[in-house]
Amino acid sequence: MTITIDAPTLVKAAPLLRAQNVSKTYGAVQAVRDVSAEVFPGEVLGIVGESGSGKSTFLRMLNLEETPDSGSYTLDLPEVEGNLFDLDRFARRMLCATRIGIVYQNPHLGLLMKHSSSGNVAERLLVAGERRFAVLREKASDALEVSEFPLDRLDAPPAELSGGMQQRVQLAKAIALEPALLLLDEPTTGLDVSVQALVLDTLKQLQQDRKITMVIVSHDLGVIRTLADRVMVMRRGEVVEAGLADQIFQDPQHAYTQQLVHAKL
Amino acid sequence: MSLATLTKNWEPMSYGFLDASAKREIRRKMLKAVAVPGCQMPYASREVPMARGWGTGGLQVSLTLMNPSKRVKVIDQGADDSVNAASIRRFLARVSGAPTTLDTLEADLIQSRHRIPEEKLREDQVLVLQVPNPEPLRPVQPNMSIARQMHADADYGRMWLQLYEQIVRSGRVMQGASYPSLVNGRHVMTPSPIPRWDVPKLHMAKHLTILSAGREKRIHAVPPFTRVEPLVFDDVPYKVEDHGDLTCNRSGAKGFFMNEIPQDDGSSTYEISDSEFGVKTIKQAEGAPVEFGETWYTDGEMSS
Repeated sequence: MTITIDAPTLVKAAPLLRAQNVSKTYGAVQAVRDVSAEVFPGEVLGIVGESGSGKSTFLRMLNLEETPDSGSYTLDLPEVEGNLFDLDRFARRMLCATRIGIVYQNPHLGLLMKHSSSGNVAERLLVAGERRFAVLREKASDALEVSEFPLDRLDAPPAELSGGMQQRVQLAKAIALEPALLLLDEPTTGLDVSVQALVLDTLKQLQQDRKITMVIVSHDLGVIRTLADRVMVMRRGEVVEAGLADQIFQDPQHAYTQQLVHAKL
Repeated sequence: MSLATLTKNWEPMSYGFLDASAKREIRRKMLKAVAVPGCQMPYASREVPMARGWGTGGLQVSLTLMNPSKRVKVIDQGADDSVNAASIRRFLARVSGAPTTLDTLEADLIQSRHRIPEEKLREDQVLVLQVPNPEPLRPVQPNMSIARQMHADADYGRMWLQLYEQIVRSGRVMQGASYPSLVNGRHVMTPSPIPRWDVPKLHMAKHLTILSAGREKRIHAVPPFTRVEPLVFDDVPYKVEDHGDLTCNRSGAKGFFMNEIPQDDGSSTYEISDSEFGVKTIKQAEGAPVEFGETWYTDGEMSS
């Protein structure tokens, strides 16, 4: 009897996201220098680094909100090809609306604070062209339910909700269209520890159930440790070290990573 | 050639109150607006002897379109006899020498605030609507620069968010006036604060409609035979006000847009909003010879 062992999907698959030599300057400040990253389907890539290390800028570029000075970015999706940075405004908006979800640190960036929570999620579907009220309503409440948002607050505006709840609305909005890529920019920063744990739990659950490809940016190593499969450490706009999460945390090679891993209050 | 040969001699007054260059500018912007139905065209709104917000936009368009043979009708919320309508009508007649009328059928130019007459307009008639706020995206996008970009991109998804919010909050679409409508399948416009009842009248209408906002300095237009479709969800149909079975307590007219008149005992009676149509109905009942035009609505139903 022969046993064939199939290689793990991760090994066989082509990367979903491939960013190459991305650079961005703001005036004299080099925000991101020559950063390359690959993310495989179903994988979670964590990006750590101190404030100003360029990790959020990089994420914004992955969300096509900003155009880099140089570099290329491709997503392995049937509807797009070539360098996404070259897309025009329409194609960009459609791609961001349908295939990329993002959760910002600051809910004000991602949500309409005075509209209802379900409306915020529905907006995403509306931009993608859904025009049936019943479907909008159902899909919005489904997405909110998956994000563990209490359904009795379905129509409360985010302005009336707690920080944790606002992040859940953002998350529901991001996953409403089942995006290929979910970007998380410091999703739990500013929440207290217990709420942070709950939100992380939701994210982890979501990752397990749906196998969404995620890129998560945080300065909080705990968050990265909980979620990420692979980790990229950034400093002053450059990647100083990259590798499997365990590897980075157990055996950091670069002096800055060592300092980061060992820094505890 | 000298400057004197190119310019007109000085005159103590200009025909139609506005000076020639102002009228030329507004004419150009009207042509542009007609060329791109529903698209807002900025124009240099002039001072007229009336406060901003009282129909200065409509008045400027009317003054531009006037000539001594144009018969003009002015409507304020359906009525020809309100102070505002009477003043504008008298002003238009005084500065242009044009005859005036109250009858929709006789009018060549109709300036209106908040209503479209109940009788169908013809190819040779022009309707000028006064618009307080020409930007349909303002409730969902307060930044006008971004709103303009959204118009350019036909990025109107958020307009439905507004309707979604209303249905969620109140169980139905609450937008009573200025119902956002898609013109010619391209631009979303606000059809000035006409009630929902009047929006279907603009769809594939024979007449030219020009909408002008004096304070906001924008002109947009619905040319004849242009599609005007109110924004709706696929599964929530557009509904006009339930005025189809109301009867006017003064004229007995039935099946038209009514004004509600609250009574002392808490009940309410109704009076037809298009005042001249009511007057004609009364005259007919009294046996006077009156001519009625074809109406948009028959028995409270929009006739196709």
